[in-house]
Amino acid sequence: MAEEGKFKVTIDGIALDVAPGTTILNAARQIGGDIVPPAMCYYSKLEGSGGKCRTCLVKVSKGSEKDPRPMPKLVASCRTTVMDGMEVQNITSPDVVEARKGVVEMLLINHPLDCPVCDQAGECKLQDLGYEHGADQTRYEFERRTFERIDIGDKIQLHMNRCILCYRCVYVANQLTEGREHGVIHRGDHSEISTFIENALDNDFIGNVIDVCPVGALTDKTFRFKNRVWFTKPVEAHRDCPSCSGKVTLWYKGEEVLRVTGRKDEFNEVDEFICNTCRFDKKKTADWTLEEPTPVDKQSVINANHYENFTPPAVIKEDTKLQAANVEQLARVERLK
Amino acid sequence: MQSLSNRKKVLEQKPMNFWERMYLPAIAKGLGITIRHFFKKIPTVKYPEEKRPYSKNFRGQHSLKRDEAGRERCTACGLCALSCPAEAITMIAAERKKGEEALYREEKYAAVYEINMLRCIFCGLCEEACPKEAIYLDGPHVTAEYLRKDFIYGKDKLVEPAFDIKKLIQDKSN
Repeated sequence: MAEEGKFKVTIDGIALDVAPGTTILNAARQIGGDIVPPAMCYYSKLEGSGGKCRTCLVKVSKGSEKDPRPMPKLVASCRTTVMDGMEVQNITSPDVVEARKGVVEMLLINHPLDCPVCDQAGECKLQDLGYEHGADQTRYEFERRTFERIDIGDKIQLHMNRCILCYRCVYVANQLTEGREHGVIHRGDHSEISTFIENALDNDFIGNVIDVCPVGALTDKTFRFKNRVWFTKPVEAHRDCPSCSGKVTLWYKGEEVLRVTGRKDEFNEVDEFICNTCRFDKKKTADWTLEEPTPVDKQSVINANHYENFTPPAVIKEDTKLQAANVEQLARVERLK
Repeated sequence: MQSLSNRKKVLEQKPMNFWERMYLPAIAKGLGITIRHFFKKIPTVKYPEEKRPYSKNFRGQHSLKRDEAGRERCTACGLCALSCPAEAITMIAAERKKGEEALYREEKYAAVYEINMLRCIFCGLCEEACPKEAIYLDGPHVTAEYLRKDFIYGKDKLVEPAFDIKKLIQDKSN
């Protein structure tokens, strides 16, 4: 029996007591691990998000203690609240896995397969989802939906072709910034993210649309084609910022900061939104106080360049005595290099 | 000790007889072998002027391929560098400008692409990793150099020459 005022919910056989009104997705996130349904559009920090991408579908095999009938169809876990005694199947149900494969295929119908070019590759949720659930071949034979390129300012790059219409960026613009600056125009298959009469986005927090975008539709123009994500090394850092928390992740290549993003948790959601000054203008190590290397998931491609120290120890010990004794020879070798 | 395989052959050493002590027949025999080789086919291959046929799956020098329209296939995705166990590959990407559509296949291309041939172990993993069929190890052996810096091959050495049918016909007719 559940605690007083709490609902007992069982997800993939793991029981948990949660407060009434919690969604199945958030209950699963409290448990953590493999059983958390993936989410492309739901963002816990953005009010009203979710219910669009259908990747978080789960099967409710028992509605509640009072009404134990299963729900007739798979439900979107980000929008379905728990009931007392509810039993949910996620990865234990073949139906869910099959449905999710279909959803991924749907999302990829109009998404261009240009991962080698895309800057998001390596930290793209759709890419991960495709690897985990998708088919290895596309069955789509028709022309993909394409758009004219729209310039939305010098800091943010919009690739409308890659957009999966999760609406997260629209919620960011609505909820974080004053005055709505961009939105979705047209309907259904023709919908696209755009600014009103192609206004440049210049609000102080608008850079966060880059972080919330699950695919490469909104990317950092200052990082455009600079490097691949898996060759850069993430380091946690902070600074005294008058407008935001100043807690960020710096993406290093050698000594150079290539990109600044907000800190993301295991569900790929930023902890605290950061301002444009931190994101686009502070790209020197001197601007930041470094904390520690960002913990990277073991399976992540970013781990391909795994490291433990800030500066890895030299392979050969420096021997100044030896170097001084062989100045002439070293100079000769240096010339030959 | 007793032999395990029982195939040991014990050689006897006998004192030489008269003919053997004269050495002359042995000298004639030895010279005969030498002279016979004058008339045999020479097996030496004078590399690099002369080349032995390579096996079909021989992995030699890399080449960066072009597509059927002569555009460079490489998009600098970095998967070859990621897969490279010897960390021999580096690259710098750049964005294709307007008017360069005939040069590069995608909107991103490798402005600098370098392979350190001293590091490369010719395993062919870059070939396997490439999603754009842009790199193949189909060249000959990498030649020797005097300086280490000359082993770092840039795009000038790696990109295959553009296929120009007009030039080819002209060369043939000359």
